[in-house]
Amino acid sequence: MKADPTGVLTGAHYLDGDYACGEGAMAAGCRFVAGYPITPSTEVVERIARRFPTIGGTFIQMEDELASMAAVVGASWTGTKSMTVTSGPGFSLMMENIGLAAMMETPCVVVDVQRGGPSTGLPTMVGQSDVMQARWGSHGDYEVIVLCPQSPQEAFDLTIEAFNLSEIYRVPVLLLLDECVGHMTEKVVIPEAQEISVEPRRLTSKPPEEFEPYRLNGKPVPEFARAGDGYRFHTTGLTHDERGYPVMSVECQETCVRRLVDKIRDNADEIVRFEEHDTEDAEVVVVAFGITARVARLAVETARQRGIRVGFLRLIALWPFPEKRIHELAGSVGSFLVVEINYGQMVLEVERCAAGRARVSGLFHGGGGVHDPEAIVEAIVEAAS
Amino acid sequence: MSEEMNPELVREPPMEHPMAPYLRMERIPHVWCPGCGIGTVVQCYATALEKAGCDLDKVSVVSGIGCSGRAAGYMKLDGFHATHGRAIPFATGLKLGRPELLVTVISGDGDLVGIGGNHFIHAARRNIDLMVILINNFIYGMTGGQNAPTTPLTAKTSTMPFGNFEPPFNLPHLAASSGASYVARWTALHIRRLTWAIEEAIDRKGFRLIEVIAPCPTLYSRLNKLGTGLSGMRFYHDNAEIRHGADTREVDIDFQSSIVCGKFVDDEKPTFNELMDKHYGTILGDRYKPMPPEGGMIHAG
Amino acid sequence: MPAEKARTEIRITGFGGQGVVLAGHIIGHACAIHADRHATMIQSFGPEARGSSCSATLVVADDEVLYPYIRRPHILVAMSADGYDKYRDELLDDGLLVYEQDLVKPEFKQGQEAYGVPSTRIAESLGRAIVQNIVMVGFFAGVSRLVPEEAMREAVKHSVPPGTEELNLKAFDQGLKYAARQLAQPAVEVERPPLAGVTT
Repeated sequence: MKADPTGVLTGAHYLDGDYACGEGAMAAGCRFVAGYPITPSTEVVERIARRFPTIGGTFIQMEDELASMAAVVGASWTGTKSMTVTSGPGFSLMMENIGLAAMMETPCVVVDVQRGGPSTGLPTMVGQSDVMQARWGSHGDYEVIVLCPQSPQEAFDLTIEAFNLSEIYRVPVLLLLDECVGHMTEKVVIPEAQEISVEPRRLTSKPPEEFEPYRLNGKPVPEFARAGDGYRFHTTGLTHDERGYPVMSVECQETCVRRLVDKIRDNADEIVRFEEHDTEDAEVVVVAFGITARVARLAVETARQRGIRVGFLRLIALWPFPEKRIHELAGSVGSFLVVEINYGQMVLEVERCAAGRARVSGLFHGGGGVHDPEAIVEAIVEAAS
Repeated sequence: MSEEMNPELVREPPMEHPMAPYLRMERIPHVWCPGCGIGTVVQCYATALEKAGCDLDKVSVVSGIGCSGRAAGYMKLDGFHATHGRAIPFATGLKLGRPELLVTVISGDGDLVGIGGNHFIHAARRNIDLMVILINNFIYGMTGGQNAPTTPLTAKTSTMPFGNFEPPFNLPHLAASSGASYVARWTALHIRRLTWAIEEAIDRKGFRLIEVIAPCPTLYSRLNKLGTGLSGMRFYHDNAEIRHGADTREVDIDFQSSIVCGKFVDDEKPTFNELMDKHYGTILGDRYKPMPPEGGMIHAG
Repeated sequence: MPAEKARTEIRITGFGGQGVVLAGHIIGHACAIHADRHATMIQSFGPEARGSSCSATLVVADDEVLYPYIRRPHILVAMSADGYDKYRDELLDDGLLVYEQDLVKPEFKQGQEAYGVPSTRIAESLGRAIVQNIVMVGFFAGVSRLVPEEAMREAVKHSVPPGTEELNLKAFDQGLKYAARQLAQPAVEVERPPLAGVTT
């Protein structure tokens, strides 16, 4: 279906990534946001707090990020599209209820505007070191979808995409901005509402007496019932059966948790998002994401001009990871160079997928700034030799 | 018995439990121990819903983790068994996401004021429209009898084997001083009064706390040599002191001391939603578009 | 390193309350929305955003800006002495200095162009010192010729609080007019000491 025009601020704007993310959420139909202030993400909720009262949304500043995430899960069970926004320290606190959202199969969006870590780290400066936490941060086995924009325009576009994917797969979708993208102001074009596709909540059409909240009906995810519609269903963070009732057994764990994992793994080809350039003849492929992808692209273009056969692959979805494509490329390229603002996280995934068929090296930056493009060029030269 | 029974006194047993419309009978028997007070509270809650004539389709119940946290799972309502300590913020999301819902939190002392203490005081401060039934058994039951923020001084727990030396919370005072609009305390013995209190609280709005002192025969009573569940009831009978309107500063609970019960606070004051509507209405006038009662932007697919 | 096509790096600096970030926002808005160019603005965060000096940087180019930060700006807009002192050395040797002439007493460098404007006084003459930054934007538009002045005017209109457009456009025009007067004269002129001999 098409976006409701109420929340869509159609036009060409000059917005920072945080504001663009907030606009994306409103365009996607988000009408509940709970958050707790934290640099460099606060502008997202500030934008929303200002705009929500005129478009039928409720924003609440909760007492902490534990509460923010819990409130988002609760609100989503009313069918109201819901989101929270944070940065590293708050993201750590949200892990608890991100796990609950995954277990209860609650559509919702969590935005993490990454700053340097660990701990309080660099509150006002860029980092990309939450990418493994985004994938593995809550305890237990589950799968999430993680998107990573490289510009304010993409922050707008991918926020809508995040809501849509969360509705389709009933998972928390995490949107990993970084401080640089969040705080940079660029042109953002917001289309007309009828040009924006949004996924509605997939409500069940069964009558309450036939409805079971976790019974599949020919699709990879169950149909949804909202609180207050007479279904009188139960849901829990405990391992549960199709009725949503806790069952403490090996068999139920296998059914319940395997499905949480498989609904994403089995559909990974649909969800994976990346773009690549110049990989056909490449000896080296540079892999990057977020703000680093822009800086790396400058380096790749420079290296190409210097005659090096270098290609480029930008991860748009970090998770699920494009493992098939990396594996395929590993058969034709000599090496991968992974450039990221951390001390080596996604490089591990590239190594895993390359599976020894190509060399893999990383160029890391501890955070607080972006890579020097010239240093990337040097690393490309080295990787190519 | 050899005599014939008076046929007028012979009644057919009911075909179903009187609480069956409110309970997920397929989940019974429940997990609670013999003599535990939680089942009593669930029954009082169900009775109050019936007496208040609530539209059960619009009632949601949220629990956290622990023995009391299982309450949501047995009620035939929209029921949410959230994470440990987060029942109140989860319920806040439900209420704000669909303002027409009657949202109840039923959970324990460890859940709501131990790990969840911060949420408890802030929800009371905001006067979020939630009814919170806090079942206080003075101990962490599900995990095996550890010290709680409500454990009376000197009482023994598995993590205070020599007796508790940490001062406990006075929950009615905590709630009242944080801004709750309705505060009452009863024990699991006071079935009718508790039911009335819940029924009354359903009729009120804002943050409503009903603290229910309940026995934990398996752990609290055993560790403190207080006898069975029945001894617990007898203790409540002998030591509960009903003092409506008592100053909440004076309702502390000491080990095996008197338990002051009653309705302590019943203030009509605006809820979070009412404050928000009024404020935005004043500032923004016609431009203010509140969240619709049935939730925001619901487009079924 | 091949620069993005026609890449121009700009730093705007001043003290808190002067509207440094808004000035940067307007210039970026003008380039990106009304002049069909790419413009990436980054404002400084952290303690300095709340203290005495504050700054915003802009990269303007014909293509997508890939590297969002500035290294050595082509243009330094200095609205305070502190900001000038902090950033003057990074200005390119053939760069352009635009400054608040009552607050900044620059040391001119051989090869650099410099234009001063009494933007605070002009703003005060309009009755509102707060529009100093818009006077500066007008002056900047005139001396930098970065984008057509109409683009900049549109950006001013869209960026200031509703109801203040008229005053702000007046401020913009005053800055622009002052720039035209300055441009009619050689870049290094009367109110400033001669360039010769100053090398830092």
